[in-house]
Amino acid sequence: MNETGTTVFDTQTVNSWLDGMLAPLMQLFDEQTPIALIGIRRGGVDVGTHLLAELKAQGVAVEEELGELNIAFYRDDFSSVGLHPVVGPSQVPFDIEDKHIVLVDDVLGTGRTVRAAMNEIFDYGRPAKITLAVLVERQGHELPIRADVVGHSLDVGKNEYIDLDASTMQVSVGKKS
Amino acid sequence: MSLADPQFNALGELHHFIDIDGLDKSLLTQILDTAEGFAGVNDRTIKNVPLLRGKTVANLFFENSTRTRTAFELAAKRLSADVLNVDLVTSSTNKGESLLDTLHVLEALQCDMFVVRHGESGAAHFIARHVSPSINVINGGDGQHSHPTQGMLDMFTIRRHKGDFSNLCVVLIGDIRHSRVARSDISALVKLGTGEVRVVGPRTLVPSDVESLGVTIFPTLEKALVGADVIMGLRLQKERMRTATVPSSGEFYRTYGLSPERLALAKPDALIMHPGPTNRGVEIAGSVADGKQSVILEQVTYGIAVRMAVMSIVMGNATNLRRAQS
Repeated sequence: MNETGTTVFDTQTVNSWLDGMLAPLMQLFDEQTPIALIGIRRGGVDVGTHLLAELKAQGVAVEEELGELNIAFYRDDFSSVGLHPVVGPSQVPFDIEDKHIVLVDDVLGTGRTVRAAMNEIFDYGRPAKITLAVLVERQGHELPIRADVVGHSLDVGKNEYIDLDASTMQVSVGKKS
Repeated sequence: MSLADPQFNALGELHHFIDIDGLDKSLLTQILDTAEGFAGVNDRTIKNVPLLRGKTVANLFFENSTRTRTAFELAAKRLSADVLNVDLVTSSTNKGESLLDTLHVLEALQCDMFVVRHGESGAAHFIARHVSPSINVINGGDGQHSHPTQGMLDMFTIRRHKGDFSNLCVVLIGDIRHSRVARSDISALVKLGTGEVRVVGPRTLVPSDVESLGVTIFPTLEKALVGADVIMGLRLQKERMRTATVPSSGEFYRTYGLSPERLALAKPDALIMHPGPTNRGVEIAGSVADGKQSVILEQVTYGIAVRMAVMSIVMGNATNLRRAQS
């Protein structure tokens, strides 16, 4: 922990979490169902990009490009907090129908983002299966949603944030302002 | 607009969308960025998002307009709102009910948003001042004053094709005087930092004070077109001309019509735009309206995403205000 009360997990540590996700993820694949990765903007896209490159390096047959979801239009809090900033449009450059979709996010907390993302995915088509892979899992689930693959679990309080810096691949944990 | 700009709520956020004049560049950019997200939704098989589920949007059209009403209706439906189309051209306002009575009836029907189209300038502004604070008003065109969603969809179309505005030369041709589209386009183009905005048309249709808005009047269409990146035709607003301000449609085309020969004076990749409906053979040659450089139908398509953006931003802001006041 540094003087501002922030804990930083360095690049090497975060990369080890990411690497640790590969084997359990690959165990979930079967040969019949084509695989595609979709990241939730923004952090999920960074994690998804890394996982996709690793899967390709391992020779796994997977959709060439990463799908990207901006779930701002699917959030359940519009009637309490309004429209969230739109961080670039959703882009799913492949057919979702009958695919095994690996949905990727940086942090799984309440599960509300994942619910919104799943609703959006079904507006693109009917996947054969959705697997949830997250870099970090924290407490505070509010929905019956759990990750299938977790890079690392962090015991943080409700008033703390977890942030992935994509440029350095470092994760910081600190008090919400 | 004045200090008491009714477009903004107590938090300084956009509450009604009446006129581009009172908005700054960052807000216009926010609308365009949000519309970019909705444009992706409109390319999908399932084109709806659940954002405005349970909200009711009333289209109040005091003036006929099929294309604008349809675009607003589709935008609201794609946001999962319920839509009421209230035809006020032939309705109770003709039976002696005052405008305010009509508004209060619609409020009692628990509508959340009014989209207003009216032949009188200032109508949307008037309505915004008199509705209950929970209701958002969007101007779908008022008299000769403003047509801000058309202005924004034009900006969206230009940005999609040309990116940055700062190096662009945009030419507006024809009936500037009566055109609320021209007014909104000019305002948006100037705010977004467009390199050069030129206007050209018969003297009777180009107000001499238009240059105070930051545009340059050109004497001939030929001169105006040289080096143009974007060419915007405008419909001759015959219904708003109380006196004969142009000799004839044929005469207009001979001097200000966008023909293939004149188009050749602009940059080879110049965009052809028109808010529609086009008068072929008056403002524009049919072959130019249908040609490779024309984005006239794209404007229509993008109009849905832009209106979805405006509707969701103002309704989202209404939410913020309720939370702040509770």
